[in-house]
Amino acid sequence: MKIRLVIFTLILGFSASVFAEGDEANWDKIIKNQFFAGRSIDETNSVIELDAPYRAEDPAIVPVKVSSKISQTPEKYIKKIWVFVDNNPFPSVGEFDFFPESGKADLAMRVRVNTYSNIRAIAETSDGKLSMSKKFVKASGGCSAPIGADLDEAMKRLGKVKFRLDEGMQAGQPVQAQLMISHPNITGMQMDQMTRFVRKSHFIDQLKVTFNGQPVLNAKIDIAISADPNFRFYFVPDKPGELKAEFSDISCDSPTSRAVCKSGTSYSQQLTVAP
Amino acid sequence: MRFFIVLLGLLICRVSLAIPGLSVTEVAPGVFVHISEHHWPDRTNHGEIANIGFIVGEQCVAVIDSGGSPQQGIALRIAIKQTTTKPVCYVINTHVHPDHIYGNSAFKATGVKFVGHHKLARAMATRAPHYLSKADELLDIRVNDDNIIPPNLQVRDSLTLNLGNRELVLTAHPTAHTDNDLSVYDKTTDTFWMADLVFLEHIPVIDGSIKGWISEMERLEKNHYKLVIPGHGRLIKDWPTSLQPQKNYLLQLTSEIKSMIKQGKTLEYAVETVGLAAKANWQLFDEFHRKNVTMAFAELEWDD
Repeated sequence: MKIRLVIFTLILGFSASVFAEGDEANWDKIIKNQFFAGRSIDETNSVIELDAPYRAEDPAIVPVKVSSKISQTPEKYIKKIWVFVDNNPFPSVGEFDFFPESGKADLAMRVRVNTYSNIRAIAETSDGKLSMSKKFVKASGGCSAPIGADLDEAMKRLGKVKFRLDEGMQAGQPVQAQLMISHPNITGMQMDQMTRFVRKSHFIDQLKVTFNGQPVLNAKIDIAISADPNFRFYFVPDKPGELKAEFSDISCDSPTSRAVCKSGTSYSQQLTVAP
Repeated sequence: MRFFIVLLGLLICRVSLAIPGLSVTEVAPGVFVHISEHHWPDRTNHGEIANIGFIVGEQCVAVIDSGGSPQQGIALRIAIKQTTTKPVCYVINTHVHPDHIYGNSAFKATGVKFVGHHKLARAMATRAPHYLSKADELLDIRVNDDNIIPPNLQVRDSLTLNLGNRELVLTAHPTAHTDNDLSVYDKTTDTFWMADLVFLEHIPVIDGSIKGWISEMERLEKNHYKLVIPGHGRLIKDWPTSLQPQKNYLLQLTSEIKSMIKQGKTLEYAVETVGLAAKANWQLFDEFHRKNVTMAFAELEWDD
């Protein structure tokens, strides 16, 4: 309880100040210890490199891409990538597990960026080493807010899934797939004191992609993923088969704590692939 | 003691005197507008960038958008007092954006009803925490929960307000500029206060639905109005001619983005390439165009 209070105070304290480029406070004081206590992290773009626009044109939809610099082989591969937006109320964007079968540990997604912040990706290779790549993003002001624009429209389509594969697919070669999930991914910011609205968060928390039953991508994700979650990743279609996405959503009482949550609905969708 | 009371009185007077009445123009009998210049909201203009104003009836006054800061709300209140002795009975917010609602607190009084689209309160609830947390840093204004006043009179489809021998017809629009756009039609003068449903000079800003906005424009351009008041830009006396640049811009975005989606191009690529030919036509293009492409792309990729 005490720790939570301290974290809350820290978050409040930080949000009151203006974030400057190079601001590492939330990373140094909170995130690093929470996720990587006692581990050393190499800051380098030689394993993965993160790319994001310098200015978040729409803070509700900021495209972020992680490119891998090593290939996925059974001997050595990227087995996990964490993504954080340091200065978001809930900094963890997600934890993504990759496999040799992924072919290539590249990952693109759209995230919410509440304020000026470093966005960082940390990769763990199969030898247990950690490497980090980061980019500073200036949040846009004006009338924008880091939520979806048309909640009702998103609710109407909830659960709808679309796949898209890059052209020129060849058997045995990594091919890029795009997975689009229609879901409002509600952050759950509560404003009960000024209106009658109290909205719990409601977001996709688990995603599993397989090809013919073999794992391609497993993800544990959170509210920093934009409404209508959109991912690009690779898999290796070695023979004809089914690319399958399974995911589930969750609802939590607090936007910034995952202590009280209730599981929601599970979804599944597959695409027949013929390389 | 008396000296202190006098001094206090002077100080209080100074506080209200320090804010001059907002400059307004009577654009039709009883219709007063403050036309703003086009600026990115910042610490210099404090977000006071929208066209705001009021309509005077025989009984009372309806404020239409209260301004981009509490100070501008007070300045508008003073301008109303300098114009008429009639009291304010309605504060109509045309949508949730801060440049249209931050003056609300200046009008909070018994007998004043706040009017908005039936989705305005929800939009305020979900967006206000973010807006409020940024106001100090980005706009150099002090605002808190008290400055966010949700409507206590909500418009689902349409609602007629009577200001005393003067009827205003309010329309709650389907998602267009935002998901909570409300327009005001003054029957007496055939004036249509469209607010941010129409932008002139200032690049249109999508914060709702590009498809919804286009279809709403196609519906509205079939009608004739003597005067149309946009949320940003000069008065329109040639409706629907002055709407065409906005419509063309949004149609062009739609067609370019749709063709990119068809080709399998990414959002990142579209943001760098779509619609750049329109740059010369609009003020604040660099500030808003990429956001427009982003929002439109995320919407249009769910088509079919």
